[in-house]
Amino acid sequence: MTNTSTPIIEFKNVGLSYDDDEILKNIDLELEAGKFYTLLGPSGSGKTTILNIISGQLKVTHGDILFEGNVINDVPVEKRRMNTVFQDYGLFPNMNVFDNVAFGPSIKGLSKKEIKNKVTEMLSLVKLSQYADREITELSGGQRQRVAIARALANDPDVLLLDEPLSALDYKLRKEMQYELREIQQRLGITFVFVTHDQEEALAMSDWIYVMNDGVIQQNGSPEDIYDEPINHFVADFIGESNILDGIMKADYLVHFTGKDFENVDAGMRPNERVEVVLRPEDLDLTTIDNGKLVVTIDDQSFRGDYYEITAIDDDGNEWQVQATNKSKIGERVGLTFDPEDIHIMRFNESENDFDARLERYEDDVDDAKK
Amino acid sequence: MMPKSKKQRQLFYVVPYSIWLILFVFAPLVLLLFQSLTTSNGDFTLHNYAVYFASGTYLKMTFNSVWYAFLITLITLLISYPTAYLLNQLKQKQFWLLLVILPTWINLLLKTYAFVGLLSKTGTVNNFIGLLGIAPQQLLFSDWSFLLVAAYIEIPFMILPIFNSLAEINPRLEQASHDLGANKWQTLRRVILPLSMPGIKAGIQAVFIPSLSLFMITRLIGGNRVITLGTAIEEHFLVTQNWRLGSTIGVILIVAMVIIMILTRDRVRKSSRKRG
Repeated sequence: MTNTSTPIIEFKNVGLSYDDDEILKNIDLELEAGKFYTLLGPSGSGKTTILNIISGQLKVTHGDILFEGNVINDVPVEKRRMNTVFQDYGLFPNMNVFDNVAFGPSIKGLSKKEIKNKVTEMLSLVKLSQYADREITELSGGQRQRVAIARALANDPDVLLLDEPLSALDYKLRKEMQYELREIQQRLGITFVFVTHDQEEALAMSDWIYVMNDGVIQQNGSPEDIYDEPINHFVADFIGESNILDGIMKADYLVHFTGKDFENVDAGMRPNERVEVVLRPEDLDLTTIDNGKLVVTIDDQSFRGDYYEITAIDDDGNEWQVQATNKSKIGERVGLTFDPEDIHIMRFNESENDFDARLERYEDDVDDAKK
Repeated sequence: MMPKSKKQRQLFYVVPYSIWLILFVFAPLVLLLFQSLTTSNGDFTLHNYAVYFASGTYLKMTFNSVWYAFLITLITLLISYPTAYLLNQLKQKQFWLLLVILPTWINLLLKTYAFVGLLSKTGTVNNFIGLLGIAPQQLLFSDWSFLLVAAYIEIPFMILPIFNSLAEINPRLEQASHDLGANKWQTLRRVILPLSMPGIKAGIQAVFIPSLSLFMITRLIGGNRVITLGTAIEEHFLVTQNWRLGSTIGVILIVAMVIIMILTRDRVRKSSRKRG
């Protein structure tokens, strides 16, 4: 709220429809310069559409797109100070690595020497200095990925747009590239807009995440916010593993689910409002029946390397996902325990603005109470 | 046991075409070469080649053939590339392509006669300009009418390979080029044109080589104004009955075609480490 600097990219009530099909509905967003943003959502959620609108490949049906405060709706792709790393890389097969990276600078009309310096700099940034003279067909998927990044950055863009660039790589390479992309972004200090359907990737890399579904931004916030305070069923389910149960907020800081009352840390709702309760599997612990807040029966377990993923069923018939460090016995009855702050409450149809307002209100109450 | 019988079966499949190839491709070629290199007694001689290369008329005809074939190819290429490019952007591209190809299903001679009807002194074109008060013009038996009809006939053979090579280009590359700052023209010149080169080369082969030996269109449309190797061969075989010189010109034409094939063949892009 104290930020007065102009956002580098701003969407004002942007919508896109094909015939009667609404792809994007009234999107508002503001991206600050120099940050790593992620648009996260399942396929068809509109995240790549937003990216293509930013780059200029798609025209909007209504609304304005602003770049540093100026409307750029009608600025063509080639005039925008942004470059894209495409999902399938889009490298030119008729050129070698050097010429691919040199494409942007040579279009700009830089001298031969400047082009060579730029390409050398970019290839060393992506650790491909030795590969300048290779043909694209001679490169592995990971190397092609790096060439695509170098080619996009060679134009000195203010914003780098990345369209699921890591999805074709294997797990280990993907992890490696996540760190490298983050490092490149921080070193260059430019704005990255990264599109992915992989929540783990989004949480690991981003300063700020926009969670998309059905052409609507469901929630935006820091990775911690999104993970700890999902606003609705979709976000809770899409980001990480969740146990989602129906419950009733009996009063402030008191929630009722699975037939019992639990102390929690949420407030600001109507008395006896129907809500959804979220408990993350890693926040749950198995204990003795006496120490448990609930009693569950172990139904299934699978070994995941660093933990056991356990499915347990409580006496109401609800299924619980639990991540436990110790092995359990299938069919055993054990206690299930969690802390009041591990219980996250979601109201039905609460918008982001309502959510933020409520949070502020009852946090004020807490402050007042302390005084 | 298995591989052998499989191989035998494969051999069996190529028998019909092999017979065709031997009877109608290899045998005529051998006969042509034999005739061009022998006297009427069957003795070996280079006399026919000496006559050919010593004669200014034949060399001029050769130059003419190559020149006309070049012009026909150039005209077709200049018309076909933009057309193929446009076709590729259309929604119903297969339908439009079909319309372009449709004329090739009609007999060549029929199409040529249709042009005779259009261009003759009492033909459609002259009737039309007559309405404007212009006296009938000599349209047939001219260089340009020959080029017009030849280009008309060859255009589909140029469009098809270019269209195919353009259709194979990943649309993402055009997108990437714009993204990197290139405008439409720069994208065409630096990305689309190089990537459609195989199609252009195939089109040139398909048009230039047959154009070298055109004689029917030459006769009907060009009359005596256009004399090429094709018409010379026809003359030697059908009129002067000098089969040996006719064969010699035939052999020279074949050699010229092979040279064109080699020049326009599709080289595989090799790794060049020149900058290393």
